[in-house]
Amino acid sequence: MTTYRQTFAKLKHAALIPFFVIGDPDYDTSLEIIKAAIDAGADVLELGIPFSDPIADGPTIQKADIRALAASMTTAKALRFIKAVTDYKPLPVGLLVYYNIVYRYGPQKFFNDFKAAGGSSVLVADLSIDDEAEITPLAEAAGLETVFMVTPNTEAERAERIARKSTGFIYTVSTLGVTGERQSLSETVKPLIKRLKGMTDTPVCVGFGISTPQHAKEIAAAGADGIIIGSRLVKIIEQNLGDKPKLLRELQAFLTEARSALSLDV
Amino acid sequence: MKHKGRFGSFGGFYVPEVLIPALEEIEAAFDTYVADPQFLADLNDLYSNYAGRPTPLYFARRFSAQVGFKVYVKREDLLHGGAHKVNNTLGQGLLAKYMGKTKLIAETGAGQHGLATAMIGALFGMETKIFMGATDVARQNVNVHKMKLCGAEVVPVSGGTGTLKDAINDALRYWISHVQDTFYLFGTAGGPHPYPSIVRHFQTPIGREARRQCLDALGRLPDLVCACVGGGSNAIGIFSGFIDDRDVRLVGVEGAGRGLDTHEHCATLAKGSVGVLHGAQTYVLQDENGQIHETECISAGLDYPGVGPEHAWLKDSGRAQYVTADDESVLDVFHLFTRTEGIIPALESSHALAWLASQKGKLPPETIAVVNLSGRGDKDVSIVEDRMQARRGAND
Repeated sequence: MTTYRQTFAKLKHAALIPFFVIGDPDYDTSLEIIKAAIDAGADVLELGIPFSDPIADGPTIQKADIRALAASMTTAKALRFIKAVTDYKPLPVGLLVYYNIVYRYGPQKFFNDFKAAGGSSVLVADLSIDDEAEITPLAEAAGLETVFMVTPNTEAERAERIARKSTGFIYTVSTLGVTGERQSLSETVKPLIKRLKGMTDTPVCVGFGISTPQHAKEIAAAGADGIIIGSRLVKIIEQNLGDKPKLLRELQAFLTEARSALSLDV
Repeated sequence: MKHKGRFGSFGGFYVPEVLIPALEEIEAAFDTYVADPQFLADLNDLYSNYAGRPTPLYFARRFSAQVGFKVYVKREDLLHGGAHKVNNTLGQGLLAKYMGKTKLIAETGAGQHGLATAMIGALFGMETKIFMGATDVARQNVNVHKMKLCGAEVVPVSGGTGTLKDAINDALRYWISHVQDTFYLFGTAGGPHPYPSIVRHFQTPIGREARRQCLDALGRLPDLVCACVGGGSNAIGIFSGFIDDRDVRLVGVEGAGRGLDTHEHCATLAKGSVGVLHGAQTYVLQDENGQIHETECISAGLDYPGVGPEHAWLKDSGRAQYVTADDESVLDVFHLFTRTEGIIPALESSHALAWLASQKGKLPPETIAVVNLSGRGDKDVSIVEDRMQARRGAND
């Protein structure tokens, strides 16, 4: 049994997985925001270390990266931040990171330090299953689980290979696109979840474009083990930069609603 | 992916999963058509009759007298569009057409690759979008107008410094969302595999012709071959003809901008360290946390914090040497070359000329140097005028 499998097995509903950029808009506020998200019922956290050139991200998360970097976030500080989060509550923390950050820090040291900070899994956004050997043995040696992405255009055989190499969960991208809010769910996502669930017992979490509690509920009903919500939450930060109490209030209200939408599902 | 796309340890395809099928499709099409007689016939016809190949190798007699050794100029500036970029856009555009794609996107710095893509979009009747940094849109507005005249949409990108790196980021993001009907026509010998190999392939006529022209005209190979390096497509094009000729010295010239001791340069191979940017493992300009530096250079076409992975390999293996020229020496040689030869060189290509000029008195007079004049400088006239006014102001 792994951390994620244990977590997902214990839950009576799909896991609520908020995503935040570490240090957005600054270290202290970011920590308050994430504690508030935990209090509002996050089951798992997905956190990103900000990067200057985040090609898989849309404008909302790109702006969050810029804010965090402007507030002088560094890799070492981000790892310290994760420790503060897992000290607050020991829930699974997945990391979403661009390869250059890991490469520059030194991959083995990066994974070891992330594990020591209480981290659970690593997903490198721009490293595909074809190059998994560059990180998988190192992540496993550090005691971390691995997560890789499946997208709607991933062929079946390749998806199986990704499922085998993902010990934590499969990060299922709901749509052909970058991160960002969407009005409606893509038509590809539900068949994709069903296909993956039929293929593997690796947990399936879904992200990109999940913007409302109703979206989350529909994805859960399609069989997902976890729902990752990022840009919608980061947008709440962006819209309330001058008013922290309102920011926290809106964030908690959204997550509470999403949480209850997921709970009603069973 | 069939091939690893590695040059030594450099290169690869470090991209989000969603782009893998698109890169695989391009790799497979390239492998198929690169040896297809009909494709080659079409491409060679376009190279000759549309672009204007072969280009001359010209002995720059008066410039040579100034620098004290013999300088032969590969006249890529005479190609349609005014730069070597059309070699690549014709090749990739034709590939896209053979693949049945109907839409092209491209990034551009100086606007030369954007223009060369817009031309090919018009030629093949494809809908074309060009992503261009907002800073570059402002400093290269003549090229912006030309692209629009060809029917392309120019999308200004304001993220980061609004230069080439940011244009690539946004083009990649757009491609991720439109991967099924859109061909990304990458402009330089960088980015994820298979682009470094594809771009190199379509730029090899430069080196192949230059080598033959040298042998025909001089009865021997040159002593050195010199080209400017941003991403490095014109340099890899001319180097490719001479890489196996171990006695021919290969020199790539990067932009030292306002000085290598400042952050305002784009000398990736001279000052960078190994990292992963835009899909490739290569040298990049970055800080200790792996955040990519913003760059600064008088020529928009060199203003990029990465470099093609084959250049990283040529540097580390010692086969090629990489040097720099700063803005001021580039301005000087821009004038010197124009006045001695009546040819206005692009500021990008002027970096290669500036390094040659710096070798005055250091290279023996019998030295034969071939320089790739990768583009013409009409687009740069107002930038040069502004900088010269600033220089005169500083001297008052």
